[in-house]
Amino acid sequence: MPLFYERRQLVTPGDLIAEGDYVAGENTYRDDDKIYASRVGLVDYEARKVHVVALKAFYIPSVGDTVIGKVVEVTNNGWIVDINAPYLARLGASDVMDRPFKPRIDDLPSIFDEGDLIIAKIVAYDRTRDPLLTVREPGLGKIMRGQLIEITPTKIPRVIGRDGSMISMIKRETACQITIGQNGLILISGKTPEDEGLAVMALRKIEEESHTSGLTDRVTEMIKKEKEGVEHA
Amino acid sequence: MTFSPIVARVKQKRIAELISSGKRLDGRGLTDYREIKLEVGVIERAEGSARVRLGKTEVMVGTKIEVGQPFPDIPNEGVLTVNAELVPLASPTFEPGPPDENSIELARVVDRGIRESKAIEVEKLCIEPGKKVFIVFVDIYVLNYDGNLIDASAMAALAALLNTKMFNYEVEGGEIKVKPGYAPLPMRNYPIAVTFAKINDKLVVDPWLEEEQVMETRLTITMEKDGKICAIQKGGYGYFSLEQVLEAAKIAREKTEELRKLMVKG
Amino acid sequence: MPKRKTENKRLDRSQKKPEKLIDKNDVRIDGRKLDELRPVKIEVGVLGNADGSAYIEQGKNKILAAIYGPKEVHPRHLALPDRSLLRCRYHMAPFSVEERKSPAPSRREVELSKVIREALEPSVFVEYYPRTSVDIFIEVLQADGGTRCAGLTAASLALADAGIPMRDLVVACAAGKVEGRLVLDLTDVEDKGGEVDLPLALMPNLNGITLLQMDGDLTVDEFEKVVNLALDGCRRLYALQKETLKSKYVVKEAVEE
Repeated sequence: MPLFYERRQLVTPGDLIAEGDYVAGENTYRDDDKIYASRVGLVDYEARKVHVVALKAFYIPSVGDTVIGKVVEVTNNGWIVDINAPYLARLGASDVMDRPFKPRIDDLPSIFDEGDLIIAKIVAYDRTRDPLLTVREPGLGKIMRGQLIEITPTKIPRVIGRDGSMISMIKRETACQITIGQNGLILISGKTPEDEGLAVMALRKIEEESHTSGLTDRVTEMIKKEKEGVEHA
Repeated sequence: MTFSPIVARVKQKRIAELISSGKRLDGRGLTDYREIKLEVGVIERAEGSARVRLGKTEVMVGTKIEVGQPFPDIPNEGVLTVNAELVPLASPTFEPGPPDENSIELARVVDRGIRESKAIEVEKLCIEPGKKVFIVFVDIYVLNYDGNLIDASAMAALAALLNTKMFNYEVEGGEIKVKPGYAPLPMRNYPIAVTFAKINDKLVVDPWLEEEQVMETRLTITMEKDGKICAIQKGGYGYFSLEQVLEAAKIAREKTEELRKLMVKG
Repeated sequence: MPKRKTENKRLDRSQKKPEKLIDKNDVRIDGRKLDELRPVKIEVGVLGNADGSAYIEQGKNKILAAIYGPKEVHPRHLALPDRSLLRCRYHMAPFSVEERKSPAPSRREVELSKVIREALEPSVFVEYYPRTSVDIFIEVLQADGGTRCAGLTAASLALADAGIPMRDLVVACAAGKVEGRLVLDLTDVEDKGGEVDLPLALMPNLNGITLLQMDGDLTVDEFEKVVNLALDGCRRLYALQKETLKSKYVVKEAVEE
C-alpha cells in the first residue's frame, strides 16, 4: 500500500500522501481510500496514521486549554475575550465572583476592563456556541506585567519540548517566568528587560526552526553565547 | 400563503436517489425540458415583447428602442443592453432593491448569448456614423421563479427580439424623421441556452426549483443556429469533470435544435 | 469582429489597433508561441495584516489577493449555523486600466466576484468552522487580460497561506481563439481582437473544473481542444503555485545532532 511522501517532506493542500489502509490524522482528509493533505506542512507517520504538521494554522479552541486573551468588550453580565481564534470567547461575571452577580452593585470594568490581558482556561466549547472561559483556578486571572509574544499555535508543542525540556531550559537560563497559552500567545516576565529580550529571542528561534532537530541544544547554545556577549560588552 | 421554499431533507434525498437511477421526480427524462409556452407581443407599448412559461417558471421580456451614441471604438454599430430584474413577487426569496449578483449574472449570460452569436444585425442600426445609433434595450422581468431562469430568460429575450418592430425613418438635416410603417429588427442568428444541473454526479437538463436546491452546481451552454457554442457559464459551488463538460456540449447540440424550432416558428 | 466591454465609454481612447495579432509563423505580438504562458511571478505572505495573502504578476497583470478569516461574521445575522460563509470581492483599481475606471463596483466586477467565489468554495472545508466568515479580497492593480484567472490563482494561495484547510489548491488559466488559431493565456488586446476567450479554473489533484466561462464562437470540436489547452496551462501554473508555497517554508538545513 503506497505512501507517496517521506517523513518531513513538504506537502501542499491536495497532495496525495497515501493510498490504502491508513488513518487520516491532523491536517489530512480521506476520500475513498486516498489520504490527501489539507494544509501546507511536513508529512509524518505513526504506525498507520498519516498526518501533516502544519506550518501555519490558526488556533481552534479545545476544552482544558490554557489561553491568553484580551478583553474586547464588557457586557452586562460578563466579558467578551479575543483569544486569537475564529471565535470570540466569553467569560461570565459569575465565574469571577464568589457570590451571585449583582448587576446594580458590581462594577464589571473594575474587575476586567477593555484592553486587559487575562490568562484563562476553556471550560466549554462545541460547534454550536462560542468558547466559555474560567479564571477560577490558581494562576489564572488578569496579567499585570510582562511581555506578550505571538507565535503560530502549531509550534507551541515545540516550545514546550519533550517533557517540558525546552521551556524549562529557557526559564532557567533567562530566569524568566513564562506562561504559555495554547492559542499561541506567550507571556514573559523577567527581572530585567534584557532577560525578557533573551527569552523572546529564544522563542523566535524555535518558531523559525521548529521543523529541524537538535533544536534544544542550539537554543541553549544561543542563549549562552548571548549572555557571554553581554557580560563582555 | 406559500409553504416554505426550503426543500424537506427527505424529498431532497428522494430527488437525488431517483436521478441516480435515471429518473426525475416529475417524471421527466434526464434531458427533457418542462412544458414550454410562448406568447409574443403581449405588451403593446414595448417595441417587442414575449412571455415564456417553462414549467411554472415565468419570465417576461420587453424590448425598447432608443436613439443614442455608439461606443467610440465601434462607431457604426447599434448598441445592445440587457438588464434583468428578479422582481420580489416572483419568489419569497427575492428582496426588493438594486440588482444583486444573481440578476446581474442572469443579464450578462443572456447578453453574451445574443452578442456573441451576433444575433442582431447591429451594423444596420447606424443612423449617423459616430454620432447616432439605435440602442436596443432588452429588459428581463422574472415573474415566477420555479427554477432555470437562464434558459427561460434567454428564450423570452430571443422571442422578444424576433417580435421587435422598429419604426421606419429618414435622416433629414441630422434629425430623424419618422415615416409610416414598421420594419422588424434585423436578426440573423438565434442563440439558445441549455442549462444542466449536476446531481449525484449526473447531468440533468432544465432543473426545476427543487432540483436547483439539491444540485451541486450548474453549467449553461448557449449555441447559435449552426451548432457552434457562443457562450458558457458554470454557476454554483461544485465542480465538473472534463468528461461531464464535454458530455454537456454534446447534449446541448441536440436540445438547442429542438428549442430553436419552437422559437423561430412561434 | 472586434469585441467590446458592455460598460459605456464616452472618451475615445482606442489605441491604434495592431494590424495582425499573430504572424504567419504563429508568433504572437509579444513574441510568444500559441501555447506559451506569459512570464509569471508569485509570492505569498506579502501583507502584514491579512491572515493570508499572495501577489501575482502574469505578463502585465499585477494582482493582490488577501484573506481575512475564519472569524466571526459581521453582520451577525448572516452567520450560517453549520459552515463558514465565504465572501469574495473582485475589484479593479481606478488606475489599473487604460481609461480610468470608476471605483464603484461595475456589473462585471459583481459577476466576477460571484464566479470566483464559486470557483474557490469547492476547495475549502467550510464545514469545519460554523458561524464564521472567510473574506477573500482580490485587487487588480494593473490589468492586461485574464485577471479573473490570475486573481483566482493568487487567492487560492492566499487561502493556503492563511492556514485554511482545503481539499486542493485552485489554479486558473484562460485559452481561446485568435485569428483562427487556438491560443493560451490571452492578453487584453488578444481578448478584444480575437474570436474566443475561455477562462477555466481547476482543482488539479481532484480534476474538478470549478470555473468555466466562454464567449465567442466555437464548434464543439474546437471547444474540446480549447478546454484541453486551458487545462494544460492550469497544470503548468499549478507547479508554480506549489513552488511558491514550498519556497516560503524552505526547510533549512539543520546541524544534525
